[in-house]
Amino acid sequence: MLSRTAENLYWIGRYMERAETVARLMEVGSRISLLPSSQGYRSDWQSLLQAIGSYDAFAKKYGDPVQRNIESHLFFDRDNPSSICSCIYMARENARIVRTALTSQVWDAINSAFQEMRDLERTPRSELDLSRLTEWTMRHSAQLRGSIEGTQLRSDGYDFLNIGYFLERADSTARLLDVKYYVLLPRIDFVGSGLDNYQWMTLLRAMSSHRAFHWAYGGEITAEKIAHFLILNPNCPRSLLACASELLFHMDRLGRQYDRASSARTEARSVLARLVETSTDDIFEEGLHEFLTGFISQIASLSGRIHESYLSGDLT
Amino acid sequence: MTVYFNEMYNDGQVRVPYRQLEEWMNNMPAELRQMKQAQAEDLFRRIGITFAVYGEGGDPDRLIPFDMFPRVFTSAEWARLERGVKQRARALNAFLVDVYGRGEIIRAGRIPAKLVYQNAAFEKAVVGIKPSKGVYSHIVGVDLVRTGPDEFFVLEDNCRTPSGVSYMLENREIMMRMFPALFRENRIQPVDSYPDLLRRTLASVAPEKCQGEPTVVILTPGHFNSAYYEHSFLADLMGVELVEGPDLFVQGEFVYMRTTEGPKRVDVIYRRIDDAFIDPLCFRPDSMLGIPGLMDVYRSGGVSICSAPGAGVADDKAVYTFVPEMVRFYLGEEPILNNVPTWQCAKSDDLKYVLDHLAELVVKEVHGSGGYGMLVGPKSTAAQVAAFRERIIADPGNYIAQPTLALSTTPTFVEEGIAPRHVDLRPYCLVGERVELVPGGLTRVALTEGSLVVNSSQGGGVKDTWVLAE
Amino acid sequence: MLLTVQHQTRYTYSQPVRGVVQSHRLTPSKFDGQRCLNWQVSVSDGIMGGSFRDGAGDFVQGWSVQGPVSEIVVMVQGQVETSDTSGVLRGHREIVSPLCYLQWTMQTRADVALGKLAEASAKADGSLNSAHSLSAAVSEAIAYKPGATTAATTAAEALALGEGVCQDHAHALIAAARHLGMPARYVTGYLHATEDDAPHEASHAWVEIWVEGLGWVGFDPANACCPDERYIRTGSGLDARDAAPIRGTARGVGAEDLDVAVAVQLNDQ
Repeated sequence: MLSRTAENLYWIGRYMERAETVARLMEVGSRISLLPSSQGYRSDWQSLLQAIGSYDAFAKKYGDPVQRNIESHLFFDRDNPSSICSCIYMARENARIVRTALTSQVWDAINSAFQEMRDLERTPRSELDLSRLTEWTMRHSAQLRGSIEGTQLRSDGYDFLNIGYFLERADSTARLLDVKYYVLLPRIDFVGSGLDNYQWMTLLRAMSSHRAFHWAYGGEITAEKIAHFLILNPNCPRSLLACASELLFHMDRLGRQYDRASSARTEARSVLARLVETSTDDIFEEGLHEFLTGFISQIASLSGRIHESYLSGDLT
Repeated sequence: MTVYFNEMYNDGQVRVPYRQLEEWMNNMPAELRQMKQAQAEDLFRRIGITFAVYGEGGDPDRLIPFDMFPRVFTSAEWARLERGVKQRARALNAFLVDVYGRGEIIRAGRIPAKLVYQNAAFEKAVVGIKPSKGVYSHIVGVDLVRTGPDEFFVLEDNCRTPSGVSYMLENREIMMRMFPALFRENRIQPVDSYPDLLRRTLASVAPEKCQGEPTVVILTPGHFNSAYYEHSFLADLMGVELVEGPDLFVQGEFVYMRTTEGPKRVDVIYRRIDDAFIDPLCFRPDSMLGIPGLMDVYRSGGVSICSAPGAGVADDKAVYTFVPEMVRFYLGEEPILNNVPTWQCAKSDDLKYVLDHLAELVVKEVHGSGGYGMLVGPKSTAAQVAAFRERIIADPGNYIAQPTLALSTTPTFVEEGIAPRHVDLRPYCLVGERVELVPGGLTRVALTEGSLVVNSSQGGGVKDTWVLAE
Repeated sequence: MLLTVQHQTRYTYSQPVRGVVQSHRLTPSKFDGQRCLNWQVSVSDGIMGGSFRDGAGDFVQGWSVQGPVSEIVVMVQGQVETSDTSGVLRGHREIVSPLCYLQWTMQTRADVALGKLAEASAKADGSLNSAHSLSAAVSEAIAYKPGATTAATTAAEALALGEGVCQDHAHALIAAARHLGMPARYVTGYLHATEDDAPHEASHAWVEIWVEGLGWVGFDPANACCPDERYIRTGSGLDARDAAPIRGTARGVGAEDLDVAVAVQLNDQ
């Protein structure tokens, strides 16, 4: 397959997953902002924007984090490369280029999201509340995922789509966790308080995982259980471990199809190995924030390797 | 009052190829017709085929109007067209091999040296290079018009990268889906072998250095190009990669494409970009679309480029005048298809005639395309004619003139029902180891009443073109 | 004359580039006035590409270098035996029609001043005399002054400035000749400087004008003479860009730095 085609497929996955992440983030933000907070909701939003590396651009364009502006920035703003509209636009553009590598169902799913998005952009903002926007995003994201799983040929193209998805998901789960742990709890006395529990629940809810969590663990919600669930539990579809094993799975498939080793695959293997060998105790000992920062940079390095091994076409 | 040849009705009779269609036409209620028309448009939109004919520009997301009334030829009519088109394609290629070699036709005084060697489309860089199998133009699109039962004229030849073949295939596909009964009642020769024939043609001109099954690619300027749909459509049907310049690179004696499995050698490039952009080392240094070093690989026999660089000199409107001469000179045959008589404004006698008869003539720019920069005398106001006269006088070498042809009409669905509209025809002749022509082509129709301009940028539409089996 | 050429071009990139592709016209032409005794072109880390003699008779050789690479050295060395043919390019195999060299380019477009210069120098008694007279007029009108112009300067600009280097002289003469309907082309090569000569570069450019009956005849307006046994001819084209001895591109973002050293020496016989 052409390296550029692989790259387009990879970015379709990344952009669509990123759109979904931003939608989840908007939901977490709005729920948290409903809570009484010592600093007020503004600081909560600020921390969320920092988590996706979008705060500076936001501050420059809008100034104060006012709810309405945040929604515009995260959903509509084409100047923000991570806004949902930007992501869907880019995913559709990538899909248009490689249309013949996609099934008509997959193309329909992306294209109809794009067409509806243009309608939303023309709709008066007063008619759009935040939950409608986030639900709309997740619905289209799920439709696309479903058509990929249901119709796409299991060739290398399928692997590149998935590598894009899971790389982005691993990164975003780590960032969402990091926001919660690192920024939202600057004062140690909140830990273990009722407020804390409520915020943890909000986080789980944003990952559509709060019920799954109860089924899996039961009893009191503790930081250790949540960390285990979102980092180390192979059954949680958004856990770092699940993402890492999916990444390795697809790179193993590529390795077999192409019958050659790649540095990307070696690195994916070591990312997974590190997670398998660790425990929540180890993580808390190292410091959750430090652990997550380390993981995020491993993912960044892995994406560089993927580019080098498959997407740049420079390999001989 | 000019009498136009109606391809369906002649002397109050329905002509043979259209017999079956009369009933179909009369039995279709207006509501059904509207429903079918809407259905066709929906199909086109779903497939994603949008308006884009080479060099015509315009909104890339616009749909080209599709007329459901087919245009029909008998097998005997087609047999003659086929012989004529193939003859022309062979002569044009012989001409290209000659003018990039010793130039015998010029030495023999049959065509002026100036016209060829001082032509902007003549590529000095490929002089002395003989492309694989001696083919320069692998897809020759010949634009034809009809003026009577047996009268066909060639309007122009397209030797570089004639576009529109995706419409030929899609129009047929859509007609078959909407009116399967019609295809059962009429024995219509299929056109869907075109992508296979194109792939075979391209593979047949692989360079000698290529061993085994040749790797063929289509080179596109990119997804922002208005004809991108056609490029990806053909790549998909042929099962070859659609590449952009940066996907290819030169190493050593060959060209490679970047793939996820490492570099893969490319043997044949069907390029849909202009000569000027294919290699910044040889042509325009500012080209971002091209592949540096490609021309050196091509000229040393490491890759085939289709159409071959330099092919454009054969489809220049001034060179066009000499195509019948080429047929006689290279093939020793009489031309089967006639040229439209053409006045070269560069010649003072011709210029005088043209200026004296402007209101009757069609005047075109030598390098123009798409129906722009052209004057249709009988359809223009006195002021328009006067304004055009100034332009011709300012730069006579840039213009040629032809009589206004009485383009044939075929029945066409219009607002009020069915009415005759003027049409032309572009068959696509493939030239490789063999010369082949699928029985069909692109029929363009001027949807505006009385209009003779069929270009889609100026209110033209397309029709399915049928050739009946014997 | 037996001339020895040493020509080194060094490309340095501020950041390693991913690859380099070049097209060379660095090999002496084959004609009655010169005979190549030995000749070698090499490119550091280079992979030799396809080669061929083009329709204008030039030997073209492709090269590519796989990155990452920060420096590339192109080395040319060899010996050529030359003789004086009074500037006439006799015995040169080419099939490009001279008419192809009437086409103007950005750098060889004649403006009003060049047109006037051409018309004032035109002679009624044949194109050879016109060509000599044109060449003399260009030598007169443009003084040799390195640094006054750049590689992108056009013939018209150089004439207006009245200063330039061999490239500008050549472009001006080509523009003037074509203005009179005489096919003219840009020629590149090497020049051996004898001690009494005016200062100039060993890597040189001059002009050939098509003279009916004689064929291509060389004129060097920069030195106010016709090329003789001190000249080694390597390639030709419509203008400096079209005739460039090395054309290339690097795939990368960094800046490129160029360093050229040429020596043409007379061998003791």
